[in-house]
Amino acid sequence: MKTCKRNSRFPMFVTLLTLIFLYVPLILVAVASFNSSKYGGAWNSFSLKWYDRLFNERAIWEALANTLFIALISTAISTTLGTLSALALYRSKNRLKGIYYALIHTPLIVPDILQGISLLLLFVTLINLCGSLCRSLFGIELELGMTTIIIAHITFCMSYVAMVVLDRLHEFDYTLLEAAQDLGASGMYTFFRVTLPQILPGIVAGALFAFMLSIDDFVITFFVKGAGDTTLPIYIQSAMRRGTPAVINALSVVFLLVTFVIVFIAQKLVTKNSESKK
Amino acid sequence: MGEFLRFENITKRYGQNTVLDNVTLEIQAGEVFSLLGPSGCGKTTLLRICGGFEPPDEGRVILDGVDITNVPANRRAVRTVFQNYALFPHLSVWENIAFGLKATGQDAKTILEKVPKYLELVQLTGYENRKPGQLSGGQRQRVAIARALINRPKVLLLDEPLAALDLKLRQRMLIELDTIHDDVGITFLFVTHDQQEAMSISDHIAVLRNGRVEQIGTPTELYEAPRTSFVAAFIGDTNFFEGTVETIEGDYCTLNIDGFPEIQLFNDKKVHRGEKIHVSIRPEKFFISAVRPEVTDAKTNLLHGKVEEVIYVGPHTRYWVRVQDWRVSVVQQHHGYGLDERRIKWDDEVWLRFGADNAYMLEHYAEVDEQLLALPDLEPEELEAVVEGGTQEVGSAE
Repeated sequence: MKTCKRNSRFPMFVTLLTLIFLYVPLILVAVASFNSSKYGGAWNSFSLKWYDRLFNERAIWEALANTLFIALISTAISTTLGTLSALALYRSKNRLKGIYYALIHTPLIVPDILQGISLLLLFVTLINLCGSLCRSLFGIELELGMTTIIIAHITFCMSYVAMVVLDRLHEFDYTLLEAAQDLGASGMYTFFRVTLPQILPGIVAGALFAFMLSIDDFVITFFVKGAGDTTLPIYIQSAMRRGTPAVINALSVVFLLVTFVIVFIAQKLVTKNSESKK
Repeated sequence: MGEFLRFENITKRYGQNTVLDNVTLEIQAGEVFSLLGPSGCGKTTLLRICGGFEPPDEGRVILDGVDITNVPANRRAVRTVFQNYALFPHLSVWENIAFGLKATGQDAKTILEKVPKYLELVQLTGYENRKPGQLSGGQRQRVAIARALINRPKVLLLDEPLAALDLKLRQRMLIELDTIHDDVGITFLFVTHDQQEAMSISDHIAVLRNGRVEQIGTPTELYEAPRTSFVAAFIGDTNFFEGTVETIEGDYCTLNIDGFPEIQLFNDKKVHRGEKIHVSIRPEKFFISAVRPEVTDAKTNLLHGKVEEVIYVGPHTRYWVRVQDWRVSVVQQHHGYGLDERRIKWDDEVWLRFGADNAYMLEHYAEVDEQLLALPDLEPEELEAVVEGGTQEVGSAE
């Protein structure tokens, strides 16, 4: 008992406060989503009508479909590119290696709004330069839309994937590659049977992070999206302005649950990673 | 049989640093050949050149009559047991051993047939589903050996394979390696800094130093007839003496060593009168006795001295005997029942007897760095073990 008393309760107290601070807003949203009152604030009565409205609102489901489509495509491409760039960086003996590292990490630090603006500028410039050429040669109309959103998402997701995979690669024993080679394995065989299985947890974790970032992104998407296509975060923002927040509360709860599951899986993989490293 | 693997004038540089300097070695088919030397002597680099992991700057590697200098590592009939074993951590023991077969596209039937055989060879039957992380150091080592042997390479390269094991296990694995070698009959190229390892397993040893071959020979040749002071001191313990040749009689000569009576010596180097030479006499070549022995043979030398230090280690006792200006290291085996034997003690006057054939003339003598030679890259606990086994004592004039 005495030893118990000597332990300060202060850290525990701070932890509790932090948790409250973090989760009270989320809980409020969850509670509000079951409130029949349209504007929240005062509790009216328990109701599932917002969930009912949610599942019947077509625009939401279109936005969700767009979001998932963008997330899947950009995750697939950014995971591939990110992994390849991590491998290239790991093997590189170039003197500029340090600079490459910095360049890979920079997008993680650059503010979203800056990335959004610069990407928009890039796309607009490209469309101005090549738009008429593409129209006359291939009959394709270049414009802001799903494609530009996907490209933008790939850009920032790639850095995350590369970083996570590089982290895994640093623990990778280089002699394993020599051993595989020594046993007669070709470069391809070595990659698929030795390198890939070793870094796979890193790749999966990176892909999950990429997926989550893509689903979640508002700022960059807001800049590079065209007039028509809408993603879920964008839809939510405009719905809030149009004044149907209650449906959005219900949506947020669903969204939150999905995000939690993904983060949970990603975390599991990362900790499994660091355990196997030991 | 004849020569099988040949390193021809191999030179390798890293920047300014010449790691291998014109090394030429010939290795016979089916033998265990050791590259022995202190850390930084270039032995591992030579092994890596043989494995195809590094190209030599000059020279050629010839295996079974074919120049393989430019053949990539995965096309060489050469397999390596890496120092850290480099087992694939995500694969089971079975998959690790089968890796070489699968990688070279052998069919499932061959794999199913061969893997159990090699599991048995390294006594790991029953462990096939374990992951490397679940094995002990010795077991990992055996997986590495089975994995390397399963493709029936022409040469097996072993890079300090026992360095990561503790002393007892090392001795056991050494015997196992020897047994495996007898079973498979593949040429082994063994890299080590441990002279005992090299001595016990090798048919031939090349002693390397600073990227050059110091001497090549059988373990006995290296021990009994070291060419240089480095080899003499690196392999086992020894005493060095410097003297002048006095007279020559047939195959023998007499040597005048400062403070000694005249020494009879086998003149295998055909030295001439008046030449200054260095000889090496191993500590166990002396017979120590408290009473003056009857010397009837002209080819027996006798020294008189005083015991300065006695270390009893059970099977033998090590003495340091002061003979004038020289401190002579002597090892005496105990053949009788220890408690009954009359013990020679500290400060006793003793006689040292040795035959003229037991002092060996060195071709080349240079001061040897005792510390470097006696204890090459050892961990503290290994160091203790070495001290127990008897440290290097170079008996030289003080």
